[in-house]
Amino acid sequence: MSAVDQAKNAEAFLEDTVHEERLDKLLWMGRMRRDAAARQVPEWEELRTLASEIKEHTLSNLSEHLVEFEANATANGVTVHWARDAHEHNQIVYDLLTERNIPTLIKAKSMLTEECELRPFLEARDIRVIETDLGERIQQLDDQPPSHITGPCIHKTTKDVADLFAKNYGSDPNNEDPAYLAGVMRDNTRPEILNAHAGMTGANFVVAETGAIIVVTNEGNADLAANTPPLHIVSVGIEKLVPNMESLAVFIRLLTRSATGESITQYTSTFRGPRKGAAMHVVLVDNGRSARLGMEKFWPSLKCIRCAACMNTCPVYRRSGGLSYGSTYMGPIGIIMMPTADIRKYSELPFASTLNGSCTNVCPVKIDIHEQIYAWREVMEEKGQIQTVKKQAMKVADKVLSSPQLYQIATASVSTALKILPHFAIYNRLNAWGKHRDVPEAASETFHQWYPNHRLKGNEVLGL
Amino acid sequence: MNSSQSLVREGILGAVHKNQPASRPMPHIPHFGLNDTNDLVALFSQGVARMAGEVITESGPDLDNFVRTRFPNAKVICSAVPECRGTIGPAQLGDWSEASKIDVSIVRSPMGVAETGSVLLSDLELQVNTIAFLSHDLVVLLDPTQIVRNIHDAYLHPHFKARPYSFLMTGPSGSADIGAITVHPAQGVKTLTVVLTADPGAK
Repeated sequence: MSAVDQAKNAEAFLEDTVHEERLDKLLWMGRMRRDAAARQVPEWEELRTLASEIKEHTLSNLSEHLVEFEANATANGVTVHWARDAHEHNQIVYDLLTERNIPTLIKAKSMLTEECELRPFLEARDIRVIETDLGERIQQLDDQPPSHITGPCIHKTTKDVADLFAKNYGSDPNNEDPAYLAGVMRDNTRPEILNAHAGMTGANFVVAETGAIIVVTNEGNADLAANTPPLHIVSVGIEKLVPNMESLAVFIRLLTRSATGESITQYTSTFRGPRKGAAMHVVLVDNGRSARLGMEKFWPSLKCIRCAACMNTCPVYRRSGGLSYGSTYMGPIGIIMMPTADIRKYSELPFASTLNGSCTNVCPVKIDIHEQIYAWREVMEEKGQIQTVKKQAMKVADKVLSSPQLYQIATASVSTALKILPHFAIYNRLNAWGKHRDVPEAASETFHQWYPNHRLKGNEVLGL
Repeated sequence: MNSSQSLVREGILGAVHKNQPASRPMPHIPHFGLNDTNDLVALFSQGVARMAGEVITESGPDLDNFVRTRFPNAKVICSAVPECRGTIGPAQLGDWSEASKIDVSIVRSPMGVAETGSVLLSDLELQVNTIAFLSHDLVVLLDPTQIVRNIHDAYLHPHFKARPYSFLMTGPSGSADIGAITVHPAQGVKTLTVVLTADPGAK
């Protein structure tokens, strides 16, 4: 399989300035809200450190915590299943449904089920799957994967959604009011929820001490999917464990503030067991996580709590859209997670970053994201996964940057070159910078040229 | 669990045990307080309002009258509290999906959270969990003396270790998935009204 070309995919998105400018603005607004929320909590940085340490403790003792969770959940009346990979997960879910002759599954949002490609697996076997999260349902109707971890259709305009609903539900294509559109979705989904015999949720956290599943949502759809039908299936990655309710509080205080800037979501739900007469099944999924746990540099990415703050702040993500990554997880966190799943397919992703470190600065569990991105570039180089053009450019950069003389000649000639070179010599496929923007005007002199004429002489003192 | 399932389980646990990094200690979690104010009712009310809910401090002695005045078009009023008669009770719902016929549900919360404006609800108070979601509107009674400071305090509540289902609810159902504009409702209730009133059953 050829590598996903994120830069090429992003070009199509950048051609459409309406979507690009809007996405950039919305995501940056999310970053600003996150900052404002963090400032309201005096112990914010202490919470981040605690969250990181709790996750590191849990992951470094994960086998023990998993066994503890299993014992407590089982004692609560939950049936716990184990799946080594996506296929085993999908088969377990399929068997649970077919054993009970259930033809339709109502689903809340779960990135794990996207990762496992559960929906196409079930649909190919004649099981209808209805997404009940608004954004997720929009993406399902448009036959697209989510483009953002917490806002699956954030790249779409209200007009896009109005058109999509008109086509699928016969609603008014000219009514772009989000309240109207949410109502259309509610009217069409409510009967599916009431008639369903099985509901599925993911899990934001899993508590070893109490055997509890924690689900954090705004819409109420996950609670409905879990509570209305007689069967509740939970898909959960094994890295979602936290030791106890005391530590859960730390994460709940960080998660929504990091994601949207609110102090909490509308529903923060704890499922410990089935109600009378109903059944609850939890599928614990590995799918490459235990292997990543053994990677000395990359295991801390398993600390991720899926808040998407790193995506909202990333200048590359904000201007290229989530679909350009061609992967389940996108943005900075996707860049460091996806190559562990398929190093060839995602070999180009580590280059979709400016390495500005903004992602690391906002991460609520202190994952060293930008350092891991850089480390993945080194891995790609070692494994021969870097494209020839990029390799040649790096060789030239290596030579120039390691020689002060060559560096000074190169920087001094830029100003002259930009003035005299014809357009085609500056704007071509070798200059990715110039593809969607003008090359900035070079300064009239370099710092090395400026400095000798401006340094302090003799006993001069800087007047501050 | 049959033998092949046991094999899968052992395989995953074995791989995890083999690969997990050297054990790191569990940190001590300090007792975080609220630094700015101790007026928990005021903070709680601000939190509810921020999430598009409403706090009522003066509902009058007759809760049935309050609900009828506030929701004049409501036909089916489901009361899960002794202070209010309503038109039905949760026990009259045969199937849990039948809660969709309810206009207004009334339930008592055993705890509020000042930091976030959340109320705790569980299967114990709701009796039929879906009344908190399938009703059009939800009224929650809360004793103001049962408001705790923050999420750390909230998760000490015994419900989280005892009840099969419990949740912190903060404002009515909403979504910002379309155009990043928050609208109410999404799939749950359209409005959330929190009535601050003493719990006659409280010890």
